[in-house]
Amino acid sequence: MNEEIIIAGFGGQGVLSMGQILCYGGVMQNKEVTWMPSYGPEMRGGTANCTAIISDEKISSPVLNAYDTAIMLNQPSLDKFEETVKPGGMLIYETNGIIRKPERKDIDIYSIGAYDESIKMKNTKIFNMIVIGGFLKARPILDVENVIKGLEKVLPERYHHLIPLNEEAIRKGMEIIKVENKLK
Amino acid sequence: MKELRLMKGNEALEEAAIRAGVDAYFGYPITPQSEIIEYLMAEDTEKRTGMVVLQAESEVAAINMIYGAAGCGKKALTSSSGPGISLKQEGLSYIAGAELPCVVVNIVRGGPGLGTIQPSQSDYLQSVKGGGHGDYKLIVLAPATVQETVDYVKLAFELAFKYRNPVMILSDGIIGQMMEKVELFEQMPRSTKEYEWATTGKKPGKDHVIVTSLQLKPEEQEEVNLRLQAKYREVEKNEVMYEAYNIDDAEYLFVSFGSCARITQKAMEMAREKGYKVGQIRPQTLYPYPAEIINKLADQVKGVFTVEMNDGQMVEDVRLAVNGKVPVEHYGRFGGMIPSPDEILNAFEQKFIGG
Repeated sequence: MNEEIIIAGFGGQGVLSMGQILCYGGVMQNKEVTWMPSYGPEMRGGTANCTAIISDEKISSPVLNAYDTAIMLNQPSLDKFEETVKPGGMLIYETNGIIRKPERKDIDIYSIGAYDESIKMKNTKIFNMIVIGGFLKARPILDVENVIKGLEKVLPERYHHLIPLNEEAIRKGMEIIKVENKLK
Repeated sequence: MKELRLMKGNEALEEAAIRAGVDAYFGYPITPQSEIIEYLMAEDTEKRTGMVVLQAESEVAAINMIYGAAGCGKKALTSSSGPGISLKQEGLSYIAGAELPCVVVNIVRGGPGLGTIQPSQSDYLQSVKGGGHGDYKLIVLAPATVQETVDYVKLAFELAFKYRNPVMILSDGIIGQMMEKVELFEQMPRSTKEYEWATTGKKPGKDHVIVTSLQLKPEEQEEVNLRLQAKYREVEKNEVMYEAYNIDDAEYLFVSFGSCARITQKAMEMAREKGYKVGQIRPQTLYPYPAEIINKLADQVKGVFTVEMNDGQMVEDVRLAVNGKVPVEHYGRFGGMIPSPDEILNAFEQKFIGG
């Protein structure tokens, strides 16, 4: 297994921490992992993206130009990265604020209304955990319990009472993710 | 049991420094390595190990504090990025001239001048060919992973004290900012060893110890130079490190170091899939340079291809190693731009395969 993931969206959506949580989940499951953020003066308030690679083997390049999975959380990111998904790969997009849907026919496409769901759950901070749940449903490369274990490592102890809420968000994401285009 | 963590390169570097029993860090913040001093401050090192962490008033002050601490036989560390490292060159030359151990980390960003804050490898020549004035060398280590960053902190201090010479860890913004799984070594105690060359106060019945890089008589300066050169020959004999991939049947050889070597490795894998027999050498020490293995492989391959995030700096050492046996070509991106694997593969095909 070698999963190369790009996650992109607005700063503040939890883009970077999503990648970190997946990587920590990978560490817990004895995988090799690399997390690489886009960093630069344009980050604050602008678009943010990170690459997360989870693999059974040693990872070579942390910098990629084609991905197995793209998780796109806004329109500019979707426009920019849709074409970078490898043929046969997968794209997940957040439906909120999307005017132009992805058009590729040679990849699996999923949509997830994580933002609306997070409002229903009365906590928009768990938005990114809902998306992680959706991803894990579509690509079950990690066990949910390992992702939760990873979360315990990422979160400072004073936030550990929020872990059950995060787990609930992951389960919710697994429920609400929708298939838009599925390759045979 | 060894401890497993997911850490950013810059944070892992400092955790390793604390665990290696470093006595003092003096530095001045600059992107992309400001996490280093932030991490040290947050860790409250004075409580953990007694390590002194001080933000100096400038880079020049920081390197001279290092000179002072090293003169007392302490493990001293500083870090910066290109513009700050340039300011430290005078101090580095003095420390090398006075034959003192210290470790300097350069998390390289794009230059020249203030440049960009994005990753680059444009300080290669500055690191391995001097940078400061006079006939001196830094031992230069080039990590490519977060794990290597951790391991090289320990190694750097071992080498610095073994040869009483400054050691540089030449890293870049990619390795500094990226997170990977690391195995941390256990806390080592801070050393209490008294070195006979260290200035820790005159002992009864013993001569003064003098730390200096100033020799007024040319005969004495030449003696210092000869001693330094003898030391560098020892370093060249003992400390060369590199990693080799797929060289047994290689018809072409890629050479690349640091973060860029990993991107190049991906390009090598892609080249193999297309049927080109490509191998790769990744120098882990930039000085001393793994010239011997490259020279040997030049008898076997049709061409050597270097990939760097600069305008072709290490390629000079590769050309010296290949010594005209086969064509040597270079591909580089600079100014903070990072080459992609398929871009490297394209450049290789254009230069060596044609059409």
